[in-house]
Amino acid sequence: MKSATLERLRAARAEKKLTALVTDLESGAERLFIDGEVIDDETTGTSAPSHHSIAATDGVVAAVAEACRKDTSRVIEDGSRRLLVRVFHPPKRLLVIGAVHIAQSLAVMAREAGYAVVLIDPRDSWATPERFPNTEIDRRWPEESLADLAIDRRTAVVTLSHDPKLDEPALSAALASDAFYVGALGSRRTHARRLDRLRENGFDDEQLSRIRGPVGLDIGAVSPAEIAVSILAEITQQLRVA
Amino acid sequence: MAVYSDGVMADPNDPLDQLAAWRSSGRNAALATVVRTWGSSPRPVGSLLAISDRGEMEGSVSGGCVEAAVVEAALEVIRGGSPQLLEFGVSDESAWSVGLTCGGQLEVFVEKVE
Repeated sequence: MKSATLERLRAARAEKKLTALVTDLESGAERLFIDGEVIDDETTGTSAPSHHSIAATDGVVAAVAEACRKDTSRVIEDGSRRLLVRVFHPPKRLLVIGAVHIAQSLAVMAREAGYAVVLIDPRDSWATPERFPNTEIDRRWPEESLADLAIDRRTAVVTLSHDPKLDEPALSAALASDAFYVGALGSRRTHARRLDRLRENGFDDEQLSRIRGPVGLDIGAVSPAEIAVSILAEITQQLRVA
Repeated sequence: MAVYSDGVMADPNDPLDQLAAWRSSGRNAALATVVRTWGSSPRPVGSLLAISDRGEMEGSVSGGCVEAAVVEAALEVIRGGSPQLLEFGVSDESAWSVGLTCGGQLEVFVEKVE
């Protein structure tokens, strides 16, 4: 790996860009992709292949796209060459608003699924380390905390508090961001009323259609843990299939 | 978290950040990556291990079974410059019974950062 490639990889990762590096396992020749775009060779300044870079053929581009979508590194065969496709995506995050019972299960499950979980709830008696061991707790109001947490496209946001004072500012912030998933707990009636209020705040129907509500896949979930499963399943579906 | 001279936020437990830190202090380094696994290898394809020219490590390519051999190969790659593909594993079923901690097989790509 060239030092310049290492620096570009780290810079792109810091900017939350989706990066993939393709490397010839025999020669070490490489080609960087950032957000699906072929990055020019550092030495030649073009995307043309050279002895230390790889041609971005249709096959290579398709394999990179597939690896990025599935977020998994892999080896591909390109003619007689074996190419290593390494995916360097920023970590997945889940921001949960409302330290309710469902959140207790969801925090644990999401962490197991590879998410960095942040629990947001300004109410002292709800968001305690005893109820949420090993979870990052943010006791600020959602408006302030979400502005600070810089929601990106590897972030999922789900509101569970049942309190419009907490949930709605969080949904507004999520809709104004690149979050790949926005979910809101609440019955159909609650959700309809919530959408009306958000509409009054200037969001149009297309923007509001990003909110998954009632939250979670319809698997007949009853208990808080089962509802957490349905939410995590929906987040996974949005991440992998959408 | 720490900030190194290039200004990109760096995590000392991150192999790429560690590589950059070694390079910025004038040290040579190599990166090992899991490229293929069979059976019960503990670390998935894409797992990274950064190795310095002093044999220091950050990251992992197995549960600790093959790291020593990877470091040895990395030091060779740092000296010679050409990448290496290493294969580790047990071909013999009976090897399981002698208590190898990871019964799987894996292939590891080792390249110099230059």
